Amino acid sequence: MDSRLIFEKSHKGRFAYSLPKQDNYLEIPTKFKRTSSLNMPEVSELDVVRHYTNLSRKNYGVDQGFYPLGSCTMKYNPKINDFVASNPSFTNLHPLQPAESMQGALEVYYKTAKYLAEITGMDEVTLNPYAGAHGELVGLMIMKEYHYRRGDYKRTKVIIPDSAHGTNPASVNVAGMEVLEVASNPDGTVNIEDLKAVLSDEVAGIMLTNPNTLGIFEKDILAIKELARQYGALLYYDGANLNALLGITRPGDMGFDIVHLNLHKTFSTPHGGGGPGSGPVGVKKELAELLPNPRVVYEDGKYQIKYLPTAIGQISNFFGNFLVVLRAYTYILTLGKENLKYVGKLAVLNANYIKESLKDYYQVAVPGLCKHEVVFSGLKSKAVSTLDVAKRLLDYGYHPPTIYFPLIVHEALMVEPPETESKEILDGFIETMKTIAKEAIENPELLKTAPHNTVVRRLDEATAARKPILKYQDIINN
Amino acid sequence: MFKYFPHTNEDIHQMLEKIGVKSLDELFSEIPSEILLNRDYNVPSSHSELEIYSHINSLTAKNTQYTIFRGAGAYDVYVPSIISYLTSRQEFLTSYTPYQPEISQGTLQYIFEFQSMICELTGLDVANASMYDGPTATAESIFMATSVTRRNKVLLSSTLNPRVIEVVKTYAKYKGINIEMINEKNKVLDFEDLQSKLDNDVAAVVVGYPNFYGILEDHDKVRNILTNKELLIMNVEPRAMSVLKTPGEFGADIACGDGQMLGIPLSCGGPYVGFIAAKDSLLRKMPGRICGMTTDVDGKRGFVLTLQAREQHIRREKANSNICSNQSLMALHTVIYMSLMGKKGLQEVSLKSYSNAHYLHDELLKTNLFSKITDEEFFCEFVLRYHGDAKELEQKLLEHNILGGLVLDNNDILFCVTEKRTKEEMDYLVDIIRGDQ
Repeated sequence: MDSRLIFEKSHKGRFAYSLPKQDNYLEIPTKFKRTSSLNMPEVSELDVVRHYTNLSRKNYGVDQGFYPLGSCTMKYNPKINDFVASNPSFTNLHPLQPAESMQGALEVYYKTAKYLAEITGMDEVTLNPYAGAHGELVGLMIMKEYHYRRGDYKRTKVIIPDSAHGTNPASVNVAGMEVLEVASNPDGTVNIEDLKAVLSDEVAGIMLTNPNTLGIFEKDILAIKELARQYGALLYYDGANLNALLGITRPGDMGFDIVHLNLHKTFSTPHGGGGPGSGPVGVKKELAELLPNPRVVYEDGKYQIKYLPTAIGQISNFFGNFLVVLRAYTYILTLGKENLKYVGKLAVLNANYIKESLKDYYQVAVPGLCKHEVVFSGLKSKAVSTLDVAKRLLDYGYHPPTIYFPLIVHEALMVEPPETESKEILDGFIETMKTIAKEAIENPELLKTAPHNTVVRRLDEATAARKPILKYQDIINN
Repeated sequence: MFKYFPHTNEDIHQMLEKIGVKSLDELFSEIPSEILLNRDYNVPSSHSELEIYSHINSLTAKNTQYTIFRGAGAYDVYVPSIISYLTSRQEFLTSYTPYQPEISQGTLQYIFEFQSMICELTGLDVANASMYDGPTATAESIFMATSVTRRNKVLLSSTLNPRVIEVVKTYAKYKGINIEMINEKNKVLDFEDLQSKLDNDVAAVVVGYPNFYGILEDHDKVRNILTNKELLIMNVEPRAMSVLKTPGEFGADIACGDGQMLGIPLSCGGPYVGFIAAKDSLLRKMPGRICGMTTDVDGKRGFVLTLQAREQHIRREKANSNICSNQSLMALHTVIYMSLMGKKGLQEVSLKSYSNAHYLHDELLKTNLFSKITDEEFFCEFVLRYHGDAKELEQKLLEHNILGGLVLDNNDILFCVTEKRTKEEMDYLVDIIRGDQ
């Protein structure tokens, strides 16, 4: 397949746009005029259409097939959500037009926040954060500010289990606090004795993912809550894995004070190749005044935009990724209370079905029931590595599971089959995984050199990092 | 069961049997009973597709679309129809971040093209795969500066967009970085105030270009006095860089900003896309994803995420940024826009906005209802002082279905004119203001 860049298809004199005719344009004053050359592609409209259509064919999306990428909740992205989000009545709204003239959009914002507060068991929600990691940062800013305003300046540490997503400790650092890492039990759950050992009056909060990254529910959560209360620390819920618990239990009822969600995971908005996402943050009443500006409120019979002096400040340009929020709103209305309650049950059913079906071929990391995802510790035979298994899956037309995460599981292979996948799809995947397990013993070389059927095969990442080629101009100059 | 759930009762039964439990509820038996919800969520009932449409129609009836003369960080630009046609291809839309490069070459290649185009526009050496938006990209740029200089103070020009200032201040406050504002004088940076605030703890000076008031400030003067390791960070509108002196030509170390003008619809404020470009020497301080070119085992060209040792999933609490993904689909949106427009098109829309803005500026002055408050050069936004009550004027324009300029203090109004506004629309605006309509 053609791997030329759009720049390499450029042909001097071609163009792909039309604008209303205008006789003359003003000149930019010399002092501010660009003097360097501008090398942009010169291509026709059809060139552009073909180039990006062909590029798309080198990708793999949820609409193509099973995408069991653990911790990412790659569920079906309903098309009606995109259709609603393309309505010009929303896409043509200027974020700085008067609130009275965008009541429809503000209603979407306000109600989505209300629904998410109900679903998480929190009191108030902001939709301004752009992504999960952004939500974490905002949640931690709120945590820090809460203690600070109480004059409790020494609380600068945040406890995080070593099974956590990498964004957790990174967000703590960016929020200007220190990470206290605690080793997990073998099943990734918090070790209560270890937790007690690190708790002190310097701890601002405890950051947990529940179910954790091994797909195991934190069954001591109420004891953890009691400990946190006793030591004056806040409890933070990383919502990456909320899909497992939809309809079953709420972070607010477990005792969490701050929650972030990923609308692109649990609420079905498309991942877009890595964004735009949305990372709403929900908090309990005592923290609500700290939520970032702008706020959307309902007062005097209309939706209004407010900037509160008590807020941590502003963390986004306007109202976050509004069109992503609109998709999640449509999703919540489409499912409604009758169907939302089955999301967690069916996702967990799917994960355990895969776990039971593959346990003789792949080493189960934690025995017993899992929640929405199952983590294996590589092949039982150990004939080839997890990487080789993943690469071979590509040949069979599947997106591989998450690999080598969580870090505490050797040769980790993390499978998340969301509720939108059918038994036949899972059976097909299970058969393929069994075939690969057999191939690993009979013909390991086949796996070590996989993939064989993809547009490119294994790539040289070492050279890419050692001699970075990061733009078209670097290719010309090479 | 429901259109998004494929499970039949028979399927559920067989699967439960395989697992060895009797009911779906038994899958959650370890959860303490006192925290089980045991009720439906208090949210609306399930809506059919037809009910969704009628509900959405009731919402859209409450939004008004105007003829827009307002910018201030969000611009009513021409969006070629081809873009959404291509970005809604499921392979782009429903894929995730390119963890498996062999089946993500589409995403990786357009990120590489995005990086190339951003470098071209800004005149700098390296760019990343995109950021959430302009203000957060600016905040992350100051993290780069404090990290590389090992200094802890950043000076921000008061002429930056106020939302950029607010977001940078929030990020800096929690990270523990000191922010000092450089005063403005007649809507441009007060050069003497800047000089008086430079000291050995200053990591960077952040300026806007064009600034919040649309003014083109001469940042050569700023560059020339930064001799003591301080970085020059320019928050720029990238599309205008196709005709304006670039951050590279000014000698800036970092350029950052929002790419919304590169063909992204207003969308009530998002999603847009942020970017960061920098000098080569700052590459390893860059936040977020970076895509590089390499070869596969057969020697074929391919693309991968590279230099990942900077990132959170490897460095965890030592990472300089917590950003995980980027704003990928919006980066693609701008790449397709830039490919369609090419050099000629980018320059033409920029000059059209520039020329339109100057036409409106002069026509408004001719009404004798406004006065100038500065003689500085401007791009496609400008401030005029209205002699009457600016809020009343705003209301009057809304009644004529026009979103006028943003009202500032002292009855100053910040007008914006993009390539989308026609001469007829501008003349109509002037007529209404004059009272002829």
